[in-house]
Amino acid sequence: MSPKMGAEDPLKVPSPGPLDKPEKPALRLRSVSKNYGSVVAVAGVDLLVNEGEFFTLLGPSGSGKTTLLRLIAGFERPDAGRIELGGRDITSVPPHLRDTNTVFQDYALFPHMSVADNIGYGLRVKGVSRQAREKRVQRALAMVRLAGLGHRRPNQLSGGQRQRVALARAVVNEPEVLLLDEPLGALDLKLRQEMQIELKQIQQRVGITFVYVTHDQEEALTMSDRLAVMANGQIEQIGSPVEVYERPATEFVAGFIGISNVLLRNGVRFVVRPEKIQMVAEGEHAPAGMTVENGQVVEVIYVGMSSRYVVRLDRGEQLVAVRQNMDAVGDARKFEGRPVRLAWTPDDTYVLDNGR
Amino acid sequence: MTLLITAFWAIDPFTTQIVQVWNTDNFQRILNEPAYHSIITRTVVMAALVTVTDAVLAFPFAYFMARVASRRVQTLLFAAVLLPLWASYLARVYAWILILNHSGLLNWSLQSIGLPAANIGYTNVAMWVVFSYIWLPFMIIPTYAALERVPESLLEAAADLGARRWRAVRDVVLPLALPGVVAGSIFTFSLTLGDYITPILVGGAGSSFIGNVVYANVGIANNIPFAAALAIVPVAIMAVYLLIAQRLGAFEAL
Repeated sequence: MSPKMGAEDPLKVPSPGPLDKPEKPALRLRSVSKNYGSVVAVAGVDLLVNEGEFFTLLGPSGSGKTTLLRLIAGFERPDAGRIELGGRDITSVPPHLRDTNTVFQDYALFPHMSVADNIGYGLRVKGVSRQAREKRVQRALAMVRLAGLGHRRPNQLSGGQRQRVALARAVVNEPEVLLLDEPLGALDLKLRQEMQIELKQIQQRVGITFVYVTHDQEEALTMSDRLAVMANGQIEQIGSPVEVYERPATEFVAGFIGISNVLLRNGVRFVVRPEKIQMVAEGEHAPAGMTVENGQVVEVIYVGMSSRYVVRLDRGEQLVAVRQNMDAVGDARKFEGRPVRLAWTPDDTYVLDNGR
Repeated sequence: MTLLITAFWAIDPFTTQIVQVWNTDNFQRILNEPAYHSIITRTVVMAALVTVTDAVLAFPFAYFMARVASRRVQTLLFAAVLLPLWASYLARVYAWILILNHSGLLNWSLQSIGLPAANIGYTNVAMWVVFSYIWLPFMIIPTYAALERVPESLLEAAADLGARRWRAVRDVVLPLALPGVVAGSIFTFSLTLGDYITPILVGGAGSSFIGNVVYANVGIANNIPFAAALAIVPVAIMAVYLLIAQRLGAFEAL
């Protein structure tokens, strides 16, 4: 059995199979650019998000992902390019006329309104009758498991509950595309993991296209149908979580998503993921067809379910290998300082584009 | 405290010496004489009118300052609001006399474009104008502070949910800025309520305020107990006003 990296994500959601619906573009961006003075926030982004898809924009802070989301919402106007929603050009349509709704990072709930009034605000503005409004608000409250809390004020709710209200306030309008700007950023780890599952379930139930911004790679891998990895205002790679993780297009993607070991052998740069590396004991023979390199264990980091082994290869590079903790607690540390042989199958490596 | 106690004393009408006998004659006089009713009503109505006027003028101004103007324009407007406060109160009132006088700047301007003169000098209208001008900064600043504290994301959220700009301002900004306006109204209302100089300088024959009657009773009539009793009236009104203001969250906005 090959060791698996699993300590960080005990609550992994099974990612759905390929979409069975016919793929129709809900949102399309054509070479969209946005500058703030001399700072380039978004540099010529092309993007296509399908209907009903959970699409994630993943990147470090300053990569332009939030700006891109604000361009789609209409809070910012692009300097160049075109934005289409459901096939319609909305590049110069103001936010209040766009069929998008946003879940803000700070939730942006109206503090002077009750939870129910917050959720019903969009319907009220659109002139939905009081009765119809109340029914839909109650349904939305039930959907986010806040039934019975409609009369409360936002400041009487916990962080997680406010997050749900923000979600309900956006979803209740049944927008063409729902935009989420790091909605789980303010929650603690446990709550965040619960909400990841819940958000994904809600998205599948309502069938609304989600465009989700996060800097958390694990969140992106767990929830997305597809994701775009962004850096410096550009998209580095678009693909399913498996594609992006297993076949990173650039060194940046390889480094940003998961731990990546980049090696240069015979003029070719390639990535080996830590969980694909086997450690071969002294005297043992590595299975046939595997590449074997010698090194020395520098450090063993205990992460609960597994341990990370930092190994310095005799050829100079440092690699990280991961192994599940099958042995008794604390045993792994005894390997520190010992020589070790690392083995991997060439099939499990991925060659990086030399272009970037 | 002394004010409160003195109000329940009396004076000897012959010697005008204070007689320290507990009685409520002073208050009964205030309650029973129509002349005092009209003076109190005039003072309170004027204070309310000035407050409403200032609120209406200050809100769009403060909104522009807090949410529309660039940093530089903001600084300039701040200076424009605060600079008059450096000038003496009297200088500012006299400046208005020069404007509102029968042969003042206002009538001169009106006549030069062929309009009839507006003789509002030395009337209650003049008082209303002058009070509104003098206390306006005290309304603008707390309103500005409250408006600045409304996060931009709330306006974006309203727009995102389909609200036009004016709708977002009405539904979100106005209710959230209200405590600031109420805080400002404490200043405009109480400052007008306690004033006695503007009524003397700009007001006419029927423009006496509570403060003027108190002043007359201290200086001319030398009836300090009655002056004290009358002075308690605005204090009581302000106490009620502050209680309401507190309910509206004005103290958190200060």
